[in-house]
Amino acid sequence: MNGLERLMEAGAPASLKEVAGVDGIALAEVALADARAALETLHQHCDYESVTLITAIDHDTPPIAGARPRFEVLWQLHSLKHGDRIRLRTRVTEQEAEVPSVVDLWPAAGFMERECFDLFGVRFAGNPDLRRLLMPEGYDYHPLRKDFPQVGIEPDRLYREWERGRPR
Amino acid sequence: MSETRTFEFTPSSPADLGLDPDDPLHGELLKLNVGPQHPATHGVLRLVLELDGETIRGCDPVVGYLHRGKEKAAESLGWRGFFPHTDRLDYVQPLLNNCAYALALEKLAGVEVPRRAQEIRVLLMEVSRIMAHLIYLGSSAIDLGAVTMFFFTFVEREKAYDLLDAYTGHRMNNTYVRLGGVYADIDDEVASGLRQWLQEFPSKIDEFEKMLTGNRIWYGRNRDVGVIPRDRALAWALTGPNLRGSGVGHDLRRAEPYCGYETYDFEVPTGTVGDCYDRYLVRVEEMRQSTLVALQALDRLEVSKGGEFLLEDPRYVLPPRERMLQSMEELIHQFKVVTDMRLPRGQAYRGVESSKGELGFFVASDGSANPLRCHIRAPGLMNIQVIPEIARGRLLSDMMAIIGSLDFVMGEVDR
Repeated sequence: MNGLERLMEAGAPASLKEVAGVDGIALAEVALADARAALETLHQHCDYESVTLITAIDHDTPPIAGARPRFEVLWQLHSLKHGDRIRLRTRVTEQEAEVPSVVDLWPAAGFMERECFDLFGVRFAGNPDLRRLLMPEGYDYHPLRKDFPQVGIEPDRLYREWERGRPR
Repeated sequence: MSETRTFEFTPSSPADLGLDPDDPLHGELLKLNVGPQHPATHGVLRLVLELDGETIRGCDPVVGYLHRGKEKAAESLGWRGFFPHTDRLDYVQPLLNNCAYALALEKLAGVEVPRRAQEIRVLLMEVSRIMAHLIYLGSSAIDLGAVTMFFFTFVEREKAYDLLDAYTGHRMNNTYVRLGGVYADIDDEVASGLRQWLQEFPSKIDEFEKMLTGNRIWYGRNRDVGVIPRDRALAWALTGPNLRGSGVGHDLRRAEPYCGYETYDFEVPTGTVGDCYDRYLVRVEEMRQSTLVALQALDRLEVSKGGEFLLEDPRYVLPPRERMLQSMEELIHQFKVVTDMRLPRGQAYRGVESSKGELGFFVASDGSANPLRCHIRAPGLMNIQVIPEIARGRLLSDMMAIIGSLDFVMGEVDR
């Protein structure tokens, strides 16, 4: 019984549907409103003890206009008991850019959500410590968005500010 | 542009921590900044500590000082162009990172690599694991004052470097694994050199153990320090030796075999308590097991001599150079692979057992020549995340034992 079957048995939200993947990991797509319920079920009833990754994909190529969902947010969970994995995904628009946090279910999600927020600007509602992780405090951009240029923006602004404020 | 924000630090009051404010031994809390340039933080990790005397009451790990935007770079370099960047993630085991990335791409492309290539990869991965564990052993020992250990382990690492240099032409950052196999076959001279080194190596591990395992100082500084119970290790998504130190016998080489690991004979050591000493014992035993696996791989390479070491697939793999120089079709084929190699649409994740834990590459393709997304699941980041929980209530000097025993490399953590 794979993770998706266990989830169906434990009671999956109506919007959840299976997606065919190429890598042999069970993959399901769920509506944003039901994402938290599905993740809670996976945590409580499907023996997913550990979270492997939380990340996003920006589908802004070519730029998506209006309210079409721009980001795809992914949660990949790992069950050591059953030896299987499941990947859950949901789509979110640039205007909302907010998905539920799972840091209360798996504490390891803390850094993963901070990283995803830092690099994509997707907020995680319910994460009490949603600071930037890799980029410096006070940085204005989200580098893994497709509209962020490869060469970077103002790479030395922070350095110049620091240099100005330094006692001489 | 927003206004400049500065990092504000407000120490918790002693009353919040349940301490008596009038007690002269527990006065005000001291903020101490450790790193990012402190040699004992293994690179550029910064820790903001709250100290009550010498006791750690709060800890905030700050990462990102080595962030180079690898995942962003992948989106413009093409599938093949990212291979050299994987070397620079966990730079003490470049070949293992190459293999992890290649395995993720092969899963997405749906290709199977030849047997000899798998055997060479197993050999390279196990030698890399030994080299990475040697760094762990040397650097965590020098943090606790055992300076000699550092030189002992680096002598051994240097021998392995020389052999990899003879095989790949580089000491570090080898970039020798390709989608579909490895760049070149391993020759007899290197194979016999590796065999000789691997046969001598267990006696060196005995020497290391003589230095540390029964050492009173080493035991006292590590035993019952940084204890991670089994369920907490799982909840904090620890993998690899840190998880096995807590008594969970999970190893991806066994649980989700790749490169034919299911056919090799080796043991998965586990700890009992989950303290720094258990993690040390697990890693030492893993070096012994890796030696055995690498020797088995060398035996198989004797048998499969002359076999294919690189897949022949015009979609993903360069043709042999001699053929390319003689035939127009092969030249076009080379040009296509270099400039415009496309992988099928889809998403694939492959995790491998690296020396730090589960190193995974999540790759998403939209069918073009560049990755849509290449996420690196770095085990070191999870290892750092657990520090505040296990350091709270311990002494400042225990922090160095904890950092050393969790074993992370900032190149991989910050990406």
